[in-house]
Amino acid sequence: MTDALTYLQGLFGFAWPLVWSMAKIVAIVAPLMLGVAYLTYAERKIIGYMQLRIGPNRVGPKGWLQPIADALKLLMKEIVLPTSANKGLFLLAPVLAIGPALAAWAVVPFTPELVLANIDASLLYIMAITSMGVYGIVLAGWASNSKYAFLGAMRASAQIVSYEIAMGFALVGVLMAAQSLNLVEIVKAQQGGVFSWYWLPLFPLFIVYLIAGVAETNRAPFDVVEGESEIVGFHVDYAGMAFAIFFLAEYANMILVATMTSLMFLGGWNPLFDFAPFTWIPGFVWLLAKVCFILFLFLWFRATFPRYRYDQIMRLGWKVFIPVTLVWILVVGAAMQTSYGHLFH
Amino acid sequence: MNKIKSFFSTFLLIELLKGLALTGRYLFARKITVQFPDERTPLSPRFRGLHALRRYPGGEERCIACKLCEAVCPALAITIESAQRDDGTRRTTRYDIDLTKCIFCGMCEEACPVDAIVETRIFDYHGEKRGDLVYTKEMLLAVGDKNEAQIAKDKAADAKYR
Amino acid sequence: MNFEMLVFYALATILLFAGFRVVTARHPVQAALFLVLAFFTGAGLWLLLEAEFLAITLVLVYIGAVMVLFLFVVMMLNLNIEKMRAGFWGNLPLAAFVGILMAFEMVLVLTVAGRSVVAAPQVHGPGYSNTKELGRLIYTDYVYAFEIAAVVLLVAIVAAIAITLRRRTGTKHQDPAKQVRVKRDDRVRLVSMPAEKDL
Repeated sequence: MTDALTYLQGLFGFAWPLVWSMAKIVAIVAPLMLGVAYLTYAERKIIGYMQLRIGPNRVGPKGWLQPIADALKLLMKEIVLPTSANKGLFLLAPVLAIGPALAAWAVVPFTPELVLANIDASLLYIMAITSMGVYGIVLAGWASNSKYAFLGAMRASAQIVSYEIAMGFALVGVLMAAQSLNLVEIVKAQQGGVFSWYWLPLFPLFIVYLIAGVAETNRAPFDVVEGESEIVGFHVDYAGMAFAIFFLAEYANMILVATMTSLMFLGGWNPLFDFAPFTWIPGFVWLLAKVCFILFLFLWFRATFPRYRYDQIMRLGWKVFIPVTLVWILVVGAAMQTSYGHLFH
Repeated sequence: MNKIKSFFSTFLLIELLKGLALTGRYLFARKITVQFPDERTPLSPRFRGLHALRRYPGGEERCIACKLCEAVCPALAITIESAQRDDGTRRTTRYDIDLTKCIFCGMCEEACPVDAIVETRIFDYHGEKRGDLVYTKEMLLAVGDKNEAQIAKDKAADAKYR
Repeated sequence: MNFEMLVFYALATILLFAGFRVVTARHPVQAALFLVLAFFTGAGLWLLLEAEFLAITLVLVYIGAVMVLFLFVVMMLNLNIEKMRAGFWGNLPLAAFVGILMAFEMVLVLTVAGRSVVAAPQVHGPGYSNTKELGRLIYTDYVYAFEIAAVVLLVAIVAAIAITLRRRTGTKHQDPAKQVRVKRDDRVRLVSMPAEKDL
């Protein structure tokens, strides 16, 4: 392994850091894209099963090739440019949507060692990068030069900006408990079995983060963005691959939120119980299992809840979630000054 | 007291959890999907699908061009022209059903005095061009010839209710 | 020239270009987007200076929040660009004077006083936490300044809300809170009716 690396290093010379970073990025993005593809498949299957249907089963054995077929179809389709759209921004918008969704993965640790960039303020980095995703939406709506798209963009971005605050406050609770902004440190602070993970002491924040995560990624029941019944969405004018990129971004964000939830509240790569048969399973598998569980919840929510009305979404974000998080942060902060502080560490 | 109760049921997400439990149960319920081309649902003998013109067992076509079906058709989908044949009987020279107009009400079948025009169980036919769905006499007879066994069986099954 | 220098010059070029375009872009939305680009490259430059906390906060606050709202406003306003350009030549002398003065001051700070005021940042080991250091400074040495700034911001928030808050009477607005609280018993009354036997 090291021999091969030094050989390659000699081959690329000056450009080696760039090439090596590229290779690492590909190693993260490629499985992520595959995950996105099969998340759509899982979504259709699970929601189908909950509706007494069996979901896609025609392309390949049990429909396993369905996402590939969908991707091919979208690749082949024409990208329609509306006549009076702002062409540059219209095409830039999907890029701005997917960019942050992928860039955030740079600091996500998969095991204590396996992380592309173990930076100190990685939690903050994730928040900063994901907050940029809203530009893709705003620009898509504005550049389409259509009132429906613009209204949809306004709704989506207002929703994302509002729920980001509740999400941020939930994270404040986590970093108070872990006393670090570094994701690796946060997971290490939750060492131990299921009862030493943060979901228990920070339960309200966990719930708020989970629901805000659903709202943040514009998933049902907060999916007014693509509300089919009202056809007001920021991407109504997008077709083909340009639309597919928004789709990719949405699902990549879903996986990201699920990963963040598992890292911060469900103990990341820590096994369910801290004794023998559970500790044999490698940490990465535990993380993957937790991510899958959260993603399953996302799909479960979609199969269960009817869409929220827009003003109710706003009310929930501002008048319920933010006060709840503020109160619990206060509780955590106060408890840390007393002898009960150890409960929150 | 009620206020406190509703406050807690709101914040403990009781109703949402109930909903999740319901869909969670259905996740494991038996699936009722019929995988259509491979599996088909049972059809009634009275099913009203694609039309067919029938023949007598001897090979003679049943239709005598009485034009009752044309008259009764509420959608004006049937067009009939008739002429005298060499043996002196009246027969249709043209019998068109425009399936894009047809509403599959079955009145033609009811009106027919000789059980010539019938509706079969076939519902998965298609046309690729405009005009493909205007069925002519030859096409209708061909449908009848192909499915005579099924048609005769359906008629027999339904006969005792008539 | 090493890799870091290359990155610095690339970012600096983009930053200058973006800053220039903010002023010259025809459409206000484009100008706002170039401002976003300028902030972003600025954050990149701060990262090179190992000020990662500040860089990320710049992205989080300015790009993630302030500029989004700014973009909202710019997109919703029906700006008359021609009208805005009308006074260009009239305002130019004053604007040019102020601009040149500012540039002069900056050059002064960086050249004359620069040697003593802005020392090159120390290079720290991998264990050094920028965030922790900043937090320690803010909550110990500069705690009063920080708290006063926080109070000022709080007052500003309250004031902004107070200005926009007006109760209009007679509008048919919905109150989602009230709607959410509705229970079945408030709307539905089950009436028990005996079945009519003989008709």
